[in-house]
Amino acid sequence: MIATLKFTTLLLAVVVCRATQDYGYKDVEEPTLGDSQYGSLWPLPQKVQMSTVAFKLSGVSFQIVDAKESSSGASCSLLQNAYRRYDEYIFPISRMQGQNKKKAFASVSELQVWITSADSECDNYPSVTSDESYELSVDSPVAVLKAPKVWGALRGLETFSQLVYEDEYGAKSINRTEIQDFPRFTHRGLLLDSSRHFLPIKVILANLEAMAWNKFNVFHWHIVDDPSFPYMSRTFPQLSQQGAYHPYTHVYTPSDVKMIIEFARLRGIRVVSEFDTPGHTQSWGKGQKDLLTPCYSGASPSGSFGPVNPILNTTYDFMAMFFKEVSTVFPDAYIHLGGDEVDFSCWKSNPDIQKFMAQQGFGTDYSKLESFYIQRLLDIVTTTNKGYMIWQEVIDNGVKLKADTLIHVWKGNQQQYQAEMARVTASGYQALLSTPWYLNRISYGQDWQAAYKADPQDFNGTDAQKKLVVGGEACLWGEYVDATNLTPRLWPRASAVGERLWSDKDVKDTNDAYSRLIQHRCRMVQRGIPAEPLFTGYCAHEYKGEVSTATLNQPTIISARGAVASSTLLSWRLWMSRMAPRL
Amino acid sequence: MIATLKFTTLLLAVVVCRATQDYGYKDVEEPTLGDSQYGSLWPLPQKVQMSTVAFKLSGVSFQIVDAKESSSGASCSLLQNAYRRYDEYIFPISRMQGQNKKKAFASVSELQVWITSADSECDNYPSVTSDESCECPGMMFVFLVGALSLETFSQLVYEDEYGAKSINRTEIQDFPRFTHRGLLLDSSRHFLPIKVILANLEAMAWNKFNVFHWHIVDDPSFPYMSRTFPQLSQQGAYHPYTHVYTPSDVKMIIEFARLRGIRVVSEFDTPGHTQSWGKGQKDLLTPCYSGASPSGSFGPVNPILNTTYDFMAMFFKEVSTVFPDAYIHLGGDEVDFSCWKSNPDIQKFMAQQGFGTDYSKLESFYIQRLLDIVTTTNKGYMIWQEVIDNGVKLKADTLIHVWKGNQQQYQAEMARVTASGYQALLSTPWYLNRISYGQDWQAAYKADPQDFNGTDAQKKLVVGGEACLWGEYVDATNLTPRLWPRASAVGERLWSDKDVKDTNDAYSRLIQHRCRMVQRGIPAEPLFTGYCAHEYKGV
Repeated sequence: MIATLKFTTLLLAVVVCRATQDYGYKDVEEPTLGDSQYGSLWPLPQKVQMSTVAFKLSGVSFQIVDAKESSSGASCSLLQNAYRRYDEYIFPISRMQGQNKKKAFASVSELQVWITSADSECDNYPSVTSDESYELSVDSPVAVLKAPKVWGALRGLETFSQLVYEDEYGAKSINRTEIQDFPRFTHRGLLLDSSRHFLPIKVILANLEAMAWNKFNVFHWHIVDDPSFPYMSRTFPQLSQQGAYHPYTHVYTPSDVKMIIEFARLRGIRVVSEFDTPGHTQSWGKGQKDLLTPCYSGASPSGSFGPVNPILNTTYDFMAMFFKEVSTVFPDAYIHLGGDEVDFSCWKSNPDIQKFMAQQGFGTDYSKLESFYIQRLLDIVTTTNKGYMIWQEVIDNGVKLKADTLIHVWKGNQQQYQAEMARVTASGYQALLSTPWYLNRISYGQDWQAAYKADPQDFNGTDAQKKLVVGGEACLWGEYVDATNLTPRLWPRASAVGERLWSDKDVKDTNDAYSRLIQHRCRMVQRGIPAEPLFTGYCAHEYKGEVSTATLNQPTIISARGAVASSTLLSWRLWMSRMAPRL
Repeated sequence: MIATLKFTTLLLAVVVCRATQDYGYKDVEEPTLGDSQYGSLWPLPQKVQMSTVAFKLSGVSFQIVDAKESSSGASCSLLQNAYRRYDEYIFPISRMQGQNKKKAFASVSELQVWITSADSECDNYPSVTSDESCECPGMMFVFLVGALSLETFSQLVYEDEYGAKSINRTEIQDFPRFTHRGLLLDSSRHFLPIKVILANLEAMAWNKFNVFHWHIVDDPSFPYMSRTFPQLSQQGAYHPYTHVYTPSDVKMIIEFARLRGIRVVSEFDTPGHTQSWGKGQKDLLTPCYSGASPSGSFGPVNPILNTTYDFMAMFFKEVSTVFPDAYIHLGGDEVDFSCWKSNPDIQKFMAQQGFGTDYSKLESFYIQRLLDIVTTTNKGYMIWQEVIDNGVKLKADTLIHVWKGNQQQYQAEMARVTASGYQALLSTPWYLNRISYGQDWQAAYKADPQDFNGTDAQKKLVVGGEACLWGEYVDATNLTPRLWPRASAVGERLWSDKDVKDTNDAYSRLIQHRCRMVQRGIPAEPLFTGYCAHEYKGV
């Protein structure tokens, strides 16, 4: 009975016309479009068996419930919130009222969620060791989702919702299915940069939502950098007062940060903050006197500033207090300390630094000074009991690190980053790959394919080395993105990274992926995220917009179609009502 | 008194940090950012004199009114609509109620709009000959001639450091460099909801574009709902009613555009790019053969059947009434001959006509008959460059749309087209669907449609250009931010004087202009690191 399933009608009807691509722009080959035997599943679970036997889901009676045997009950708000979310995804239109009628066909009336281990971790923060595995068994009349922890239940609920489709009469349907699933990598991250452009909270929340749909589990928040310092520190409020683009419209208050962390937690997503030093700190200097190195032009200060000043004790006093705060504000066990791209020219120009170099016997090797700084910073952060992530330059420059440090590889071409992954893991460090996933780099055409083909374990190394690869991160640096264009630029391109990091390493059939991804992107659009199209075609439910008609100052001719404006308002209210209660 | 003005506080406070661009991605050089002496004006008017004398605009009393001498009065709904629109742009927050208090400072209390010629053209459709010139003599009262210069007036308003709406004494005489300043959107590869089209028409008006080139149908889908042949969209659209433009949709778009001085030029591309037409119109397309029997697939429009021309006559008769503009774009690009070659009936016809094996002669044969049909509707036509490249005879007033090749090639083509006495329109450097990392607006900004070897007479045949956003990779989710402010670069090139080409000055104005678009509700994407005082409120 278990056999290959061919969805005849999918929840998200998608047609992609295979018209020849015009105008001579055939840079990347289009994958061949067929029907995937896996429907619209994304990322593909580790083990899937789908039958052709289909059941219906009744809008009147279907429910997601806690299994009787579950260690987690109605008091687990994380799961209750998730049930509500997925109920709305499965039944986006209001559900019918009324008596459940006698049925002439087999149906799934319940999805039972069964947390099997004694501690469900319902009230915990997700961590690098969180168990995200689950088993899903869809049958009539009951489907069962078994997971050791709530984190697996979250992943399984998403998978369940992806199995639901509409038959040709619009009835919600699901096929008999058995799934055993777990992530290939424990660290599946997305970096957003809120310094080069300030990202309104709404944008961050929307992208956390999309991350959950793609089974990402780490939001790497590159929160401050040279251009602006939007993090509002309780200990040093002048940092954002002086260093943000605007002292209150362009900052993240402590309660904003709290809200984002909680919103992420409810979706099984860790929030790892990055406070990058000693470079990339121009904005820090505006609110913190003497923190940065004064650059000299000849014998006198030029008025400009360089990296953090590593020779003053006040610097380390500041860092100790600052990172003490950060370690309490961000509950995650890791902090990303940056450490990339330190420009030595300012240090070189400064006579006090030169003297210090001589005293320390560093000669003219300024990477030794960098190491000196980083070493002291790591000592400080270690006292907060946090682990740390760091960009690859730190290890390239030979700084001594704790054995459990995560090295974040981001530089070079394919050959170079593979060599770096080999080097880092040969030294016994854990490694994280981002180089092929700098999604801010755009090009014309289907660039998701290149992201999809990259693999973090694809380098010359022993099995032991490969095991030190904890995953990767898609990065969307902020030079050219803000609230206007970030979300469509990111999705569904980041989805390609999501599957690479979750699914088995042999899941690499681009044609099969293309078919699933087209449907997955339409699903994201239907759920309210403006994920951009992969190619010519359409979704049954197109994006309803946020191109604000409120300002379109319609003349009477438009108000005759008042629906235009009011539907915008409606979708906005819907969105907020979906988001807000979960905070 | 008239002197260079340095805005100290701008309506749209913009700071762009000059941090070094990180991560080794320095593909295009960043322009140097300074303050432009022209504030946030975009596109730059032909002649601007700004003084440092600033006046205030009162939220209580300021009004846009018809000048007494104006030939256009309160019955001109086009202007009344525009007054309302610009009032809201200038005072986005609700205006104060109450008595106008005695003021201690000079203010501008009225903007008088004075239409000087006897016929204001208020109820007309804009046309290729529409006069878009204006003057803005600045005194205590401001007079505007050429109502679309309201946009310019709104761009002069800024906030002083206390948030008071201010405007400097200014004299502007303005007119467009080119008469055809177009934007092509493609609603076939992806269906574009009406809302998206309207939003982009709005943004076009802010950038003084005046032609919406609606590439409405193509191979992938046929969303135009024809009254005469409803089965075309019934069968050829992605969906027969959720993904079509009904006649009233089209009417609304045309009226919305008219109110903003924008022409709507529809394109119904034949004989190629017509796969979607074949679904609803039997025998319209050429059956392709594989060997001796039909393969089941279809090629371009079948040029050898009389029924084809009967259909086209009826179809274009409808189109010519639905779209009031004097021009129709007939396409004519990229005709693939392989299907024609495979078809024995076509081969026979070729022999009969003495075309030998030169299929471009067959293409010419089709186009020629199509042009004769369209001529009977009293419309002029635009056509992609292949038609002339293939030697089809055209009416003298045909607009040739140049889109192919690299810089050298398109410049040679512009020279060739105009040397043959045809009017030309450039799009090659403005295929904005082609994206790349970084500040690619600069390349668009630097291109110039008159930049080719030719006589003055040839240069005069250049009527303008069009930014094109083909639809393979854009739909409602990403179209608007991908288009703006990149299309703004094309807007200035086509409106402003040809010597306006200082990229640094443009960068300063464009950054402010994009923040203004964001504040007015259009998600125009950022040019680089920085911020707007009022960020985009959507997702």
